[in-house]
Amino acid sequence: MIAPLHRPKRKNPILRTRLPLLPPWARSRAALGLTAAAALGRFELQVCAHCGSVQYPPREACHRCLSDQLQWREQSGAGELISSTTVYHSHDLFFRERVPWRLGLVRLDAGPTVIAHLHAGCAPAPCRVRVETRLDKSGQGVLLAFPIDEVSNMADDLQLREMTCDPKFRKVLVTDGKTAVGQAVVQALVAAGADLVWVGYAEPWKKFPGLAQIEALPQVTLIPLDLTDSRSVTQIAAEIGGRVDILINTAEVHRTHGIASRSGVEVARAEMDVNYFGLLRLAQEFGPAMRGRGADGQSSATAWVNLLSIYALNNYPPHGTFSASKAAALSLSQCLRAEMRSGGVRVINVFPGPIDDEWNQMLPPPKLGPDALAKALVKALKDGVEDIYPGDVAQEWFARWREDPKILEREVSA
Amino acid sequence: MSADLAAANSLITLAADLVSGRIRVVDLTQTLAPEFPQIALPPEFGQCWPFRIEEVSRYDERGPAWYWNNFSCGEHTGTHFDAPIHWVSGRDLPSNATDTVPVQHLIGAACVIDCSAQASADPDFLLTADHVRAWEAVHGRIPARAWVLMRTDWSKRTDPVAYQNYDETGQHTPGPATDVVRFLIDERDVTGFGSEAIGTDAGQGYHLKPPYPCHYFMHGSGRYGLQCLANLDQLPPTGAVIFCAPLKIKNGSGSPIRALALVPGSSGAAEPSQRVRGEA
Repeated sequence: MIAPLHRPKRKNPILRTRLPLLPPWARSRAALGLTAAAALGRFELQVCAHCGSVQYPPREACHRCLSDQLQWREQSGAGELISSTTVYHSHDLFFRERVPWRLGLVRLDAGPTVIAHLHAGCAPAPCRVRVETRLDKSGQGVLLAFPIDEVSNMADDLQLREMTCDPKFRKVLVTDGKTAVGQAVVQALVAAGADLVWVGYAEPWKKFPGLAQIEALPQVTLIPLDLTDSRSVTQIAAEIGGRVDILINTAEVHRTHGIASRSGVEVARAEMDVNYFGLLRLAQEFGPAMRGRGADGQSSATAWVNLLSIYALNNYPPHGTFSASKAAALSLSQCLRAEMRSGGVRVINVFPGPIDDEWNQMLPPPKLGPDALAKALVKALKDGVEDIYPGDVAQEWFARWREDPKILEREVSA
Repeated sequence: MSADLAAANSLITLAADLVSGRIRVVDLTQTLAPEFPQIALPPEFGQCWPFRIEEVSRYDERGPAWYWNNFSCGEHTGTHFDAPIHWVSGRDLPSNATDTVPVQHLIGAACVIDCSAQASADPDFLLTADHVRAWEAVHGRIPARAWVLMRTDWSKRTDPVAYQNYDETGQHTPGPATDVVRFLIDERDVTGFGSEAIGTDAGQGYHLKPPYPCHYFMHGSGRYGLQCLANLDQLPPTGAVIFCAPLKIKNGSGSPIRALALVPGSSGAAEPSQRVRGEA
């Protein structure tokens, strides 16, 4: 039913690269609740605390009892496709380039009837469907109806692919392949069908285990990339920046010091130099080219992934300077997200809990294995979400932080 | 008075020889560049910064008519000078830092011991006192307050991987054995020791007794070290004069330098001995 995606032909170098456009992006403050949930991969609707009715579209007050006690609650998305239509003509510049485009009306079991984008696997109305949220190219939450049962080549649906960052047939840069995490990410990308993976490695004279196995993969090209060296970043961006569809920044320096446990600022500076300034150098050099290639055919530039830390949300004092550097990176990633949005390139932040590596040796389990982290990262690309919190510790911290950041701060500093 | 006159005359002659090319200046310095490797310690220790450079402006909106950069590096980045205060053994000596070392020590005669064949055969080659005695049998006794430079041609390894030469047991680069360090200090009163690799000590110098003997004894007796030297193959075994002044960093342990050597002769290609003959 859905044609499988094929490796795209090589780009015709004498044709102008199509400029990226965005779908309509304006939303009310109330409507942004849908986007906030979609950024996490959740489908939430407003539920009235007073009368219990579920409503769509989002509003400031309950459509039935006018109460303003509205809470965003997760929805199953199950419903009935009651009608569908295919748009062949649009005055909107974004959709004009993408017609035909399928839309449908879905009556949710929870009550409201919604207009949703239709996955090509959905049978003609009437039929049962499952509505989920996705982020569109403008980064706003939209509704997409899926068939109840898995169909073949599900991820290859063209409408879905406009809302996800699937690495299949894409060219990816992993900025640091020397760590176990970097190598696991490379393996996961290759397994997910990435066409080409550039893998950065700094200080080539320091031999690290595992790099040879990565280099042996036919999709992999090792490149000398040192995020502390502006000239290195500039040079590599000049060489490959115009071809990178997905950039995954796995480079980090992690030392385990608070303020009092290490005199001087050298360790903290080394963390900042990679974790914060490294991201800034990458963003300045790779950002513009990727932003300009957001609509460059089937394998356009689509995503930028930052390996942050759950400690970016709240400082973990035993790893205090590391936490601060990741908080700085989180702040910068928000700037990057704003600047990349015009190109339709998604910025995905990964907030893992403690990774099972040498720098977390003294922390008790549960710790996140590099393979589990890599899987979660590739899943985030396929789902097209903006923020993920892989692992038990990250999930728990995130829930506590959402509930009350001040309480978490006191608990962590106890 | 006549001694002063003779000195004045030798400087006048030197200046004239520099202009005429009878005395040639050889650059013993590696280019400071981000890709040049720096010494690496276990990651739990503090680290020496590599050379890094950031553009301030280049005739652009950041500065319309001028080009300049900010750079950063450690005191021990690139071709550099080690002051006695660098090592714990020299911590309490007088005049032991970059701003207080006697400047008279920073220009001096160089004895160049060619170990390039041995280093080529064995990256862990250690220079011993016997090697130096054998060298002296050919070239004469090392004079007091000379610099001894260990030529290994290691600087010709332009690939940083080959230059650093790490394996799972660490770095493998040539350097001095413990006995030669003691010999040069106690019996030859050298000013300092210079090498082409990243340290004055061998890559495996940690496993010698004491660990890093060149650092330990040279600095402990107020002598200096030069590292990452280049072009030592252009120096005669004896007869060169080197300039190796560090930046005047207050209480500094070392400094990148522009190391220069004065050598007789105008032709760089010929063997030093042939050059001397050709001049005569």
